[in-house]
Amino acid sequence: MLRACRSWPLPIVLVLLLGACGQPPWNNPYPASQSGENILYGAFTERPKHLDPVRSYSANEYAFIAQIYEPPLQYHFLKRPYELVPLTAQALPEVRYLDAKGEPLPADADPERIAISEYLIEIAPGIQYQPHPAFAQDAAGAYRYHQLDAKALARLKTLDDLPETGTRELIAEDYVYQIKRLATPWLHSPIAGLMGEHILGFQALRERIEAAAPEPVNGARLFFDLRQVAFEGAEVIDRYRYRVRLEGRYPQFLYWLAMPFFAPMPWEAEALYGQPGMRQRNLTLDWYPVGTGPFMLSENNPNLRMVLERNPNFHGERYPSEGMPEDHAAGRLADAGKPLPFIDQAIYSLEGESIPYWNKFLQGFYDSSGVSSDAFDQAIQFDTGGEAELTDEMRAQGITLVTAVQTTIWYMGFNMLDPLLGGDSESARLLRQAISIAVDFEEYISIFANGRGVEGQGPIPPGIFGHREGEAGINPVVFDWRDGRAVRKPVEEARALLADAGYPNGRDPHTGRPLTLYYEAMDAGPDGRARLNWIRKQFAKLGIELVVRATDYNRFQEKMREGTGQVFMWGWNADYPDPENLFFLLYGPNRKVDGGENAANYRNPAFDALFERMKNMDDGPERQAVIDEMTAILRHDAPWSFGFYPKSFSLHHQWLDNVQPNLMANNTLKYRRLDPALREELRERWNPPVLWPLGALLLVLVVGAVPALIVARRRERGRAL
Amino acid sequence: MSAYILRRLLYALPILIGVNLITFLLFFVVNSPDDMARMQLGDKRVTQEAIDTWKGERGYDKPLLYNAAAGGLGALTETIFFQKSLKLFAFDFGQSDSGRDIGFDIRQRMWPSLAIAIPTLLVGLAIAISYALMIVFFRATYIDVGSVVLLVAMMSISGLFYIIGGQFLIGKLFRLVPISGYDTGLDALKFLILPVVVGVVAGIGSSTRLYRTFFLEEINRDYVRTARAKGLHERKVLFRHVLRNALIPILTGVVAVLPLLFMGALIIESFFGVPGLGSYTIDAINRQDFSIVRAMVFLGSVLYIVGLIMTDLSYTLVDPRVRLS
Repeated sequence: MLRACRSWPLPIVLVLLLGACGQPPWNNPYPASQSGENILYGAFTERPKHLDPVRSYSANEYAFIAQIYEPPLQYHFLKRPYELVPLTAQALPEVRYLDAKGEPLPADADPERIAISEYLIEIAPGIQYQPHPAFAQDAAGAYRYHQLDAKALARLKTLDDLPETGTRELIAEDYVYQIKRLATPWLHSPIAGLMGEHILGFQALRERIEAAAPEPVNGARLFFDLRQVAFEGAEVIDRYRYRVRLEGRYPQFLYWLAMPFFAPMPWEAEALYGQPGMRQRNLTLDWYPVGTGPFMLSENNPNLRMVLERNPNFHGERYPSEGMPEDHAAGRLADAGKPLPFIDQAIYSLEGESIPYWNKFLQGFYDSSGVSSDAFDQAIQFDTGGEAELTDEMRAQGITLVTAVQTTIWYMGFNMLDPLLGGDSESARLLRQAISIAVDFEEYISIFANGRGVEGQGPIPPGIFGHREGEAGINPVVFDWRDGRAVRKPVEEARALLADAGYPNGRDPHTGRPLTLYYEAMDAGPDGRARLNWIRKQFAKLGIELVVRATDYNRFQEKMREGTGQVFMWGWNADYPDPENLFFLLYGPNRKVDGGENAANYRNPAFDALFERMKNMDDGPERQAVIDEMTAILRHDAPWSFGFYPKSFSLHHQWLDNVQPNLMANNTLKYRRLDPALREELRERWNPPVLWPLGALLLVLVVGAVPALIVARRRERGRAL
Repeated sequence: MSAYILRRLLYALPILIGVNLITFLLFFVVNSPDDMARMQLGDKRVTQEAIDTWKGERGYDKPLLYNAAAGGLGALTETIFFQKSLKLFAFDFGQSDSGRDIGFDIRQRMWPSLAIAIPTLLVGLAIAISYALMIVFFRATYIDVGSVVLLVAMMSISGLFYIIGGQFLIGKLFRLVPISGYDTGLDALKFLILPVVVGVVAGIGSSTRLYRTFFLEEINRDYVRTARAKGLHERKVLFRHVLRNALIPILTGVVAVLPLLFMGALIIESFFGVPGLGSYTIDAINRQDFSIVRAMVFLGSVLYIVGLIMTDLSYTLVDPRVRLS
């Protein structure tokens, strides 16, 4: 009996382990109950910091909240250049311009005369919010969970502990409420400063909210109903219409209306989460979103998994029936007119490391993947024309490669405040031009980005109005047009420019020693060292000695803010597809030392005047001409060497469709379509468990144990010496 | 004994203050409160006003260690160090810099850490003791020499190699278990197998060698010779006499690490996607979330001290000759 009791844990452990294996494939990380379901499987590498649309401002956060929250506008999924279309709005907003006396002005009025721009937005009726406890009401119509007592709060761990849910119709007031949230100081919206420059009375609203709101209790802000605060910048006209008033003309505002910052927020959500004790339980809007979109967040455990589930109250939307000619040819309009979304659920698992992520993608447990540098050679090869294509191994698995040049630029910046390299002197300008020629970004892309990039010719990446392709688009200071392509000028020309700048052979005439420049590096790790050596060699082509000042990102940013750097590399990801969002990085009043984003601290009155004109213009030949003029100034002054526009590579399994990249739209999950049966079949085919190693291990143990036992018995029976 | 425990706990106070101070200084040498605010508020379009508001709300607008403007005792208490450290001693970890309740997160995340750490410890202990006993049984033979060489080789290999190798062999090539991931309840079992196997294999080299030394020390003692002289079988000598006596240092060593099991395994959790306290700490370091880093270092120090006290107490339990005074 005692012996039996002692040996019971072993069989139990074995049974549990065998039970854990279950049906093949044994390496399936998902429960058997999900087999054959219409579920998209993805991964995220970093926990999203914020899910509150008032704060969220990064791609990994938008991947979730853009599926949940619906601003009034969105980008057309297929059309290029990027085109805004209504989402919850009935149509694109009506814009009315008023002068200082409040008199209406024509649409083509001189921007100088426009004192106020009025955007009238009408939303579609009948849109319902996702089921959520914030809307749950009792029979008398009182909100079920808006006044939880201490006992009820003590039982709360997640939002699922509030079982009753409700919904209500989306109304114009919800949009106005969110705009007021943008101004709320303790919510720390990253665009509060920018909107303060444009939305009428925004700064005053901030002060009014600060003055009227109750003081925080134990560090937590309790619910403060923003509906009671008047705001001239955003007003409700009726149930479905609201008006936003801007100071002057700001046509880029339309693009902001397609971002989650301007998504609706029901006051009931703030009333629920703003109760005492909710924050201590991590029940906040930053963790549990409330939206009208095609999906709702049904599980939020960003340390493990985030699950988006089809919103049963979704108002319905159809797959676009228009696109570009190549979309017809590629079959991307095969789903035209079909109701969205196609998938029922999307499960995103945390994969902090790239190797497991990649291997699980190859096993079929993720539907899509990027291409990390570790896996690049396994996945991608280049044909004789230099075009990227899949390796035979990937093609055999039916994987497809989708590439897109990102609306991002990585540039080498020169601090224009620097006495040697900066300023508008001829010598400094020629020095910057010489460096721009010498630093070969084609080589950089080839070595450090596995060919994933396109050399920059100006500040505007492809896909954004103002970018020019071909000979007309090259930077004539750095490139020549030869044999139908841009070819970097020979380094001899750079040396000649350097000599003209007063540094023959890269030597400082005052000291006779090589000219020394300082490079501010933010990547000093082992990977970064090779990159820094490469940059040093580029400068050495001109005889310039480059001293690398390696530091961490915090110190790098500090140097940029203080304007103490000399040469650096930095990037910018466009918020919206308008050249204003890139040229403003070189706009004089926006200098970094003055608190802006112009890290090169470049200031050129002619450029600034053109910028002020260009930002208010509608796209067209006239605007293109101004952009060309601005680009020419930048190429001549060379405050940046226009590094490169990165190219994104993504891989998708054959069972996933409608994966056309749209670099501006974040709400593209609703277009994805799956073939779960095919996925199931291929997963089983690709993942049969290999059992012989277990047998071999057992055999080795047995074979090893037998002689050991024999020796042991012999020893025990042998005579002691 | 209670006086001893009380004295040890009082000794712990200055240690904890010192650990807290060192963590504080190390963190703020490389991160200013402005850096922390920027990290939380994002890179784009952040104004100094927003940074100042963020710091003010979280108490990072005070001087670090000495507030000359406050005067009197306030010069020390109206500082970031004092304000952020005092509550730790009441185990009130407060909120992370991103606004989440740290105590809540710790309570949730300690279970996955324990789910890996406990089986790894138990299985590893069983295998290491058995293997060490076997080596001792075959001492001074080729098995002994070969095993020592193998163990030294295993000790010399980086833990990261075991993780990547384990994922490649067992998860990718043999497809026996998921490469990474985690789940709750019984569904977690299939995700635990690989990290536990990796954790056990990675630890066998050092622990088996250590235990072998313990056993060899015992096996030459007089009482073992007496047992053998009585005619006992070698197996009985090993299991009844040597093992029992050698278990004293083994168990006291194990007791010392028991509290630290809560803290999780930093690299294993990160590579296997396990949402435990190890990955919580790594994430916090990457996100420059000082509140979490400080809380986890403090908790680790407390658990370490508790482990040492438990070790002392366990000596008295397993060896009656030891008295605490």
